[in-house]
Amino acid sequence: MEQRVYLDHAATTPMVPAAREAWLQQSAEFGNPSSLHASGRRQRQAVEEARELIAGLLGTRPSAVVFTSGGTESDNLAVKGLFWRARATSGADRVVTSSIEHHAVLDPILWLEADQGAQVTWLPVDSVGRIDEDVLAATLADPSGVAVCSVMWANNEVGTVQPVHRIAEACRAAGVPFHTDAVQALGHVPMDLGELRADAVTLSSHKVGGPFGVGALVLDPGLALTPVLHGGGQEREVRSGTLDAPSIVGFAAAVEHAVKGQEQRAFHLVTLRERLIGGVVASVPDVIVNGDLGTAPDERLPGNVHLSFPGCEGDLLLMLLDAAAIDCSTGSACTAGIPEPSHVLMAMGRSEEQARSSLRFSLSESTTEADVDAVVSALPGAVERARRAGGARAQVS
Amino acid sequence: MRVLAAMSGGVDSSVAAARLVDAGHEVVGVHLALAAKSSGGASTAGPASARASRGCCTLDDARDARRVADRLGIPFYVWDMSERFRRDVVDDFLDEHRLGRTPNPCIRCNERIKFAAVLDRAIAMDFDAVATGHYAQVVAGPHGPELHRGVDPAKDQSYVLGVLQRSQLERVLLPIGGDDKATIRAEAQRRAFAVAQKPDSHDICFIPDGDTASFVLARLGGAPGTIVEAGTGATLGTHRGVATYTIGQRRGLDLRTPAPDGAPRYVVAKDVATATVTVGPAELLDVDLLEAGAVTWTGLPLDAPVDLQVQVRAHGEAVAARIDASGARLRVELATPVRGVACGQSVVVYDGTRVVGSGTIEATSRVARA
Ligand SMILES: Cc1ncc(COP(=O)(O)O)c(C=O)c1O
Repeated sequence: MEQRVYLDHAATTPMVPAAREAWLQQSAEFGNPSSLHASGRRQRQAVEEARELIAGLLGTRPSAVVFTSGGTESDNLAVKGLFWRARATSGADRVVTSSIEHHAVLDPILWLEADQGAQVTWLPVDSVGRIDEDVLAATLADPSGVAVCSVMWANNEVGTVQPVHRIAEACRAAGVPFHTDAVQALGHVPMDLGELRADAVTLSSHKVGGPFGVGALVLDPGLALTPVLHGGGQEREVRSGTLDAPSIVGFAAAVEHAVKGQEQRAFHLVTLRERLIGGVVASVPDVIVNGDLGTAPDERLPGNVHLSFPGCEGDLLLMLLDAAAIDCSTGSACTAGIPEPSHVLMAMGRSEEQARSSLRFSLSESTTEADVDAVVSALPGAVERARRAGGARAQVS
Repeated sequence: MRVLAAMSGGVDSSVAAARLVDAGHEVVGVHLALAAKSSGGASTAGPASARASRGCCTLDDARDARRVADRLGIPFYVWDMSERFRRDVVDDFLDEHRLGRTPNPCIRCNERIKFAAVLDRAIAMDFDAVATGHYAQVVAGPHGPELHRGVDPAKDQSYVLGVLQRSQLERVLLPIGGDDKATIRAEAQRRAFAVAQKPDSHDICFIPDGDTASFVLARLGGAPGTIVEAGTGATLGTHRGVATYTIGQRRGLDLRTPAPDGAPRYVVAKDVATATVTVGPAELLDVDLLEAGAVTWTGLPLDAPVDLQVQVRAHGEAVAARIDASGARLRVELATPVRGVACGQSVVVYDGTRVVGSGTIEATSRVARA
């Protein structure tokens, strides 16, 4: 296969060797972790060790870790589960969330609003994509009937890190359950869930070098929620379904790798990110760098670069870079391959045109200076061609 | 060559793309998303979800096309052309109907989207050509590329490509026009494409139920009026709007009084200004003189009047005609009358299998009496 430059690690990142090894090794084992016999016990042993490992690494209790099929399920479980539970017990029907959530949170909330009568407060964000804490405070001033507040730890498109510790504190003071989607934050920012004290935290394995199809909701054991998947009740009656021991073991190994190497990784990524941004700004002078320009871990994800190229369509740029053996993303969700104008950029006050002119590069610890330089040298030509193609499109009529 | 293959998700464009890959071209597949998106999320203040725009049919077609592209191992993208399509094809279609004419939206789409917006974009992105799964052929001729009929008479689509001009033809590949449909289907089967048995599309793609009258009525609103008898001027009934009738239409007239001689009656004329639909016997539909504007030349422009053939509808017969292009418009004297020709239809001029040019019919009349 041709040598490609892969800069789409926020979409998914290759499995780290330790995770792959643990995953493969466990796949040779046999048994249902719920079975009472010896074969089952052996699998259960592996699952529980993985649970303990993850809990220890993230500063939480093993009983808080609920394994799921990934980020999407964890987000659905947190948002719907907390909403349904609160409505059933107290008639609460309010949801507070940001206007820049991933679709795995956004769409369940839109569904609750359209179909389940939820009253939603959308927290606005500033031009770098950080929520307005004054609006949050004003909203929580009357916390009655708020079933759940969900604000992501770090944004998957523009990389902006939210002040989750203060948000968690504000929710706690108001007595409102707080959920945060930490899928993009894990392994990239320091993460101590004991210190955060959120009620529910979403994690996904394949974003941190573990296998696909597994993740966790770290859920305060004292908090009840209504399950999304009913069945055997394997995970504390909160989530049903036979546990995938090999994937869970691989996930835990990936979390270990992610958490232990976080600081060093962040340093490496920020250095490369600044090299990429600097290179592109020099070669495409009218480029717009979106998101927080800060280099601190509470400002921006270290491996995220999000750029707008005025006059270009992001999907054409992506196509041209694809042909130049560079994998990146427009950052936003697709409808059958058609990029929607990103709701994140729109919430940040950008025009639909600018939203459509964007590309996201997401780096990993395996990214090299040569990868970054390949993008810097490919972009000017691609931008020029995409502009011509856009112009061609506007001319004909 | 670097070729951009327009992939609809149907059998024909799938085989077309496959043949280009086999021929050693560097092929990139593009599905054109043309269907209008339904707008508006449910949310009041929040971000609208993409969910609202996740349509049905186009999504399946895009998926089918992607599956074929993946099997061929070529890159595949979806280009959102829905805005352009709405403006240049759907709105044009409605505008034409509003004026009482009968447009062909497939021709507009080829003229303004597939072989204009898409082709220009492709060239700007350094592609050498755009390929489609149309049943027609581009053949090298003494004066450059020529457009010819597809070899399958039942499938020939040269008529809807009649608006293409030389400069476009130089950049167009039509890889399947030299075969008949059965051969193409068999080839799709042999290549194990899941779309091999997909039914042909016949209707106007943005009116999937085929009910053009309701589509037009819903968007233009009704302008009720009367249906009158040709010659006598007697009122025979009422209608919901002139735009919902086409010249030559027989069914759905709902006339209360039958013709005195019991012969079937057809729509023979429409007058938007007075909201009048005129019906009469079939003979009144026969015309032998056409005048057409918006003339395009696929081959060398004609200067002196010549005897050639013309076709006035997608699946119509070619008719011998004398073509006079000396004025701004095309004057087409038909050797034998043609029945039911409406303004707005395209007339495509052929020299045997070769497309010479086209025009949009602006006036029809009956000169010779049988
Ligand atoms: C912020 C965020 N949340 C949730 C998800 C969904 O995670 P998964 O792919 O594990 O379902 C993603 C992945 O795209 C994400 O970036």
